[in-house]
Amino acid sequence: MIKNISNLGDAALYCDFGTEVNKQINSEVIKYFNSIREKNIRGINNLTPSYNKLIISFDLKVTNFKEIKNEIEKLSESETQKIINKNLEIPVCCDASFSLDIERLEKKLNLNKDEILENFFNQEFFCYMTGFIAGMPFLGDLSEKMRAQRLETPRVKVPKGSVGMTEQFANIYTFESPGGWNIIGNTPLEVFQSSKEEEPNLVNPGDTVKFKQISLEEYKNYNE
Amino acid sequence: MSNNFFKILRAGVNTTFQDKGRNNLYHIGIPFSGAMDNRNYLLANKLAGNKLDSPVIEFAYQGPLLKFYGDKINIVITGDVVFKLKQQDKEFDGNCYETYQLENEDEINILSTNKSVYGYLAISGTFDLKLQWGSCSINTKANIGSNEGKKLESEQEIKISKLNENINKKKIDYLNSKIENIRIMKGTNFDYFSEKGKKDFLEKEFTVSKLSDRMGMRLEGPKIENIVNTNIKSEGLLKGVIQVPADGNPIIMLSDHGTIGGYPKIAVVASVDYDRLVQISPGSKIKFKEIELSDAETLFKLYEMETQNLLSQI
Repeated sequence: MIKNISNLGDAALYCDFGTEVNKQINSEVIKYFNSIREKNIRGINNLTPSYNKLIISFDLKVTNFKEIKNEIEKLSESETQKIINKNLEIPVCCDASFSLDIERLEKKLNLNKDEILENFFNQEFFCYMTGFIAGMPFLGDLSEKMRAQRLETPRVKVPKGSVGMTEQFANIYTFESPGGWNIIGNTPLEVFQSSKEEEPNLVNPGDTVKFKQISLEEYKNYNE
Repeated sequence: MSNNFFKILRAGVNTTFQDKGRNNLYHIGIPFSGAMDNRNYLLANKLAGNKLDSPVIEFAYQGPLLKFYGDKINIVITGDVVFKLKQQDKEFDGNCYETYQLENEDEINILSTNKSVYGYLAISGTFDLKLQWGSCSINTKANIGSNEGKKLESEQEIKISKLNENINKKKIDYLNSKIENIRIMKGTNFDYFSEKGKKDFLEKEFTVSKLSDRMGMRLEGPKIENIVNTNIKSEGLLKGVIQVPADGNPIIMLSDHGTIGGYPKIAVVASVDYDRLVQISPGSKIKFKEIELSDAETLFKLYEMETQNLLSQI
């Protein structure tokens, strides 16, 4: 349920679903996201679901805060049941040339490389949201013992395909970008393809993801 | 395809194709993009005799030097821009908001924006561009849009697929107003900041940093002190949102912003001031002024009426 709706500037609604980050609250956000998209409410021109917030942007030339707020409040529970998701497997190579921060993680987590990778590849992830850069999925939740802070000084360039960890989340850099996550490997999969306008993102909010470790050999042959 | 094209003899600092931008893609991590200064974008298209949502060339600071090859074409520059035209052997200064007819091998040399940032070049015709999600707008950070998502380079050719039939001379008298006071509304994390921090934010002057681009405008001035948490759980961003990271220096999100961010939102710029905000050049001073939502809505309506009124005069 939306706990509170406020304005974020004059052209957006800020829907607050709570302060915690968990699958249940995020699923509520995604249900609202899907149902608002389906309703095609006049004037709404963007939706940004995140862990526990949904931001609804609108065109101030055709509508306003009050009108959109009324529309959102009218959405009943039954209309927000829809949730579409898929299960994905994403190959990741953890060759030393890709796992840029594994030594840092060994120190910070007090685990050795094998233990870190075992934990990482044995769990299932849930996609909370995508964004920051196009198509980047925010995946959770890493167990308590796998949680490390961001790098003190972010990298200027994180290679495309890098798979990173920060706090309870994992992500994938869909293209080269600055970033501060702890990089443990790299995927040969195209996680974002701007040429596919209908479905540019491989991973979408609500999807579940399992990572599968592959060798450098398999990585190199992957796209051949 | 027509045989009309421009050859880029000098590309300029940040020259891209832009239009109205793309909607409904925040959730996959793609911002609106589009022309930074919407009013000047619309005026350029209207003067060139195009549909208002047609692609134009946007440039920042120093613009391109272009040589035209082909039949007759009208061009127009909007913004506060210094430029020259070269026709046969004569060279002369051009005026913004006034169309000029170019013939084969004429040149247009966009020297600089005057105490502003962005300017626009529209042609009486259609650029031959690939659209993505219905928009040509180039987002260089994500390599999305026409020209493979990259800014224009010297030696490139800009192809024109179609010329408009009617190319009457058009002009309008318009003077870009400059502002120093940016009107804002409190953001969702306004109370994360100390009393002094809030007071400084609303009362002190800030300087626009050189590290400003289509993604964001960084400000320097009094450090805004955070007393709650310098991070929030990552959530959506919008153009105009003012974030304050741990170093206390505000950053205003602009049209190519990252779609998700984890810094507290101290305020949001009122839509009415967005076009003029983006034109404030590095080194200039700005101040914020708080207004209520209802005032922001009214002011935007008036601004929009003014824009429509200008367009109807062309």
